[in-house]
Amino acid sequence: MSVQLVPDGTISEASEALRDHSVSARELTDACLARIERDGERLNTFLAVDPEAAQHAADEADAALARGEGADRPLLGVPYALKDIFVTRALDFDGSPLPGGLPTTAGSFILEGYLSPFPSAAQARLEEAGAILLGKTNCDEFAMGSSNENSAYGPVRNPWDETTVPGGSSGGSSAAVAGGQAYFALGTDTGGSIRQPASLTGTVGMKPTYGRVSRWGMIAFASSLDQCGPFTRSVRDSALVLGAIAGHDPLDSTSVDVPVPDYVAALTGDVKGLRLGVPREYFVAGMEPGVEAAVRAAIEVLRDLGAEIVDVSLPSTDRGLATYYIIAPAEASANLARFDGVRYGVSAAADELWENYTRTRGAGFGAEVKRRIMLGTYALSAGYYDAYYVKAQQVRTLIKAEFDEVLSSVDALLAPTSPNVAFKLGAKVDDPLAMYLNDACTLPVNIAGLPGISVPCGLSDGLPVGLQVIGRAFDETTILRIADAYERAAGFAELRAPTAHA
Amino acid sequence: MASIDRADVEHVAHLARLHLDDDEVDRMQAQLSNILEAVETLRDVDTSSVGPTASVIELENVMRDDVATAPMPRAVTLANAPLRDDPYLRVPTVLEEGR
Repeated sequence: MSVQLVPDGTISEASEALRDHSVSARELTDACLARIERDGERLNTFLAVDPEAAQHAADEADAALARGEGADRPLLGVPYALKDIFVTRALDFDGSPLPGGLPTTAGSFILEGYLSPFPSAAQARLEEAGAILLGKTNCDEFAMGSSNENSAYGPVRNPWDETTVPGGSSGGSSAAVAGGQAYFALGTDTGGSIRQPASLTGTVGMKPTYGRVSRWGMIAFASSLDQCGPFTRSVRDSALVLGAIAGHDPLDSTSVDVPVPDYVAALTGDVKGLRLGVPREYFVAGMEPGVEAAVRAAIEVLRDLGAEIVDVSLPSTDRGLATYYIIAPAEASANLARFDGVRYGVSAAADELWENYTRTRGAGFGAEVKRRIMLGTYALSAGYYDAYYVKAQQVRTLIKAEFDEVLSSVDALLAPTSPNVAFKLGAKVDDPLAMYLNDACTLPVNIAGLPGISVPCGLSDGLPVGLQVIGRAFDETTILRIADAYERAAGFAELRAPTAHA
Repeated sequence: MASIDRADVEHVAHLARLHLDDDEVDRMQAQLSNILEAVETLRDVDTSSVGPTASVIELENVMRDDVATAPMPRAVTLANAPLRDDPYLRVPTVLEEGR
């Protein structure tokens, strides 16, 4: 059973071993904690871990498994991590810290030491499913970034090559799963923050349809774009976790009340007869040749499996970046107005209230967050509102309409996830626009609110490349089916970072 | 329009209640000008007959049942406050006498 105890297997394997009692939840949890102990500080993957709380939850899961409760609870006893943008309950009803409660920072100094009085929907649902929370993962501050270098608590290193970034903004989650520190992790994706880091770390990353998963307790960045989803080591695992977190939540008024299908049952391995569009605009100038080669090869694998590959066009793709960098900062500037040093977080302790607001925010936010607050405030300000904000919302309508039209004649779209593999730490920190280009292939999907998944499709220069599969709204089933069929046929399912093997 | 000057940066920082030191104002002026120049590409898109999209889902007013529930306990509400004077949140001076 030593294979299971090295935590680079899949949830599906772990779950089977838990059910036949060849491994315990406590053993799986201890194996993950040992990895975090060994590599966590060096890779800077976690911002908070409570080993005792995780072990206690594991012992409870083992008791439930011993009672035979595992049958319809596939995540029972499986250790996972949450991006530190999900609040985790850490206060008791009398306001005192709850034993085992984890702080929530959103990767920002302004929330240092914040203890949430309530759990996020994600934490609550996974707790109900019996999964074991290991800790909170590092991320770009308020989820703004593509390299995890914008965290106030330092950058995360990519387990594939520790001189490179793990992608962002959910970089701690991607590196934790790639590095064998957790069986799965949740991230958030506003413009690519799950799919792009999944691509850069050789993991599977799913952004569900806007409205599919509750945003309750997810600290808001851009509320019309944000979604929550899993990082896993297989597509089947992605389907398992999505099944546990999806579904209507009355606490999130943008969560949509539609049935949640059995995602695992949809993984037939069969893509015969599916029409898959390849949008030519996604093979952008400046894309790395090794990335293009790997993605083109992946498309051929799906053709060989019997899918019909169709050349399609999404002409407004190159407007995506500009549209996103108006809408997302505009929404962020409004959402982040709540951080004023009065009710929670740090305070600059100035003598006057006005001064306290500006000093707290000036000292508490990092450079990228300030840049986006400024950009968003500018776009919403008198005289510029129509020229920037309304204009971007109009172009959003066009981008969405193009997707809707193309997806009425094909079942899903195939594209690169990121135009490049993991880049060196520090390579793009001084050039915001170069950093923003990392998300050129992912952010149009958020603009249109569609589901997208990134699945590993080989290596370029020894680093992972991701194939992105984009689907119709609320049709995660089809993109999971395609990604799973590809994963089974392509032979990259066993790809693991050197750190995970060691 | 794409190029913004120091006064614009300071005005927007004021609107955003964001203190920037002099170096930050300089950097912000250069970086925001670059980013705004990049987003200028939207100008040549014909949107004369296109409505704006604020949300991709058809949102109607979403109401909860009008049922009273227990509020968050006061001690919990205050627990994270950087400055407090139980049972109140404390803030620095809002208005000084004579101003």
